[in-house]
Amino acid sequence: MWPGRTLLLLTALMLGAMAVPAHAATIQIVMENLVVSPAEASAKVGDTIEWINKDVFAHTATARNGDFDVTIAPKKTATSVLKKAGTVEYYCRFHPNMKAVLTIAP
Amino acid sequence: MFVRLSAAIAALSLLTGSALAQDAKPTDPQIAHIAYTAGVIDITAAKQAITKASNKDVKAFAEDMVRDHEAVNKQALDLVKKLKVTPEDNDTSKALSKQAADKLAELGKLKGADYDKAYVANEVAYHKAVNGALETQLIPSANNAELKSLLQTGLKIFQGHQQHAEHVAAGLK
Repeated sequence: MWPGRTLLLLTALMLGAMAVPAHAATIQIVMENLVVSPAEASAKVGDTIEWINKDVFAHTATARNGDFDVTIAPKKTATSVLKKAGTVEYYCRFHPNMKAVLTIAP
Repeated sequence: MFVRLSAAIAALSLLTGSALAQDAKPTDPQIAHIAYTAGVIDITAAKQAITKASNKDVKAFAEDMVRDHEAVNKQALDLVKKLKVTPEDNDTSKALSKQAADKLAELGKLKGADYDKAYVANEVAYHKAVNGALETQLIPSANNAELKSLLQTGLKIFQGHQQHAEHVAAGLK
């Protein structure tokens, strides 16, 4: 009915789709009873991590190399998109006995 | 400083050790009271630190202590209500409170960096002592499975605090 507009919309949609990496996945990492699981997770640059805090305490996911530092409020979920490849050890700044590793492929 | 710290650790371990030894196996209502008291003590110390500390990491640590220990104690209160258990005052709770009141007064006299160092050093020692009591006495003595599980979570939280305090202490040197 509105060929011009439809074409424009399609072009916009395609451009939009191209901006997002093709295989971006969402990975869930759970913090419960002061334990991070899985303790070792693998992901790719562009993937989203869903940090799920099931505790009544605030936690952080703080990379030892400074690549990320996410604070997760009690009983909340925070998300972050991975930007850099590498094997990253991270811990909770509030409870440094909570430790885990995230391996990020390019 | 070193002498004072050693004295505090000795007093705490002596205290928890002897008070619990008299009463070889504390009952669940007593355990609940001891755990709750231990939390209240740390919250009181942290509130003093929030007003007195000059170092920002020390202040942030104290704020973490208030937040976590209030959360643990809320869980403890919810649990005793659910289990219809009335926490029972006992010699260990009394001794812990007395010791804490003395420490609070002692810390209250210090200022600036001296206060910061003494508060954090005491937090390391205090969490260490409480962890020892949890591991060797309170957790093994707890009968109720839910109480035991809450104490185990408490132990992990306290171990985390001890490491956090050690990290803050190292940053003060």
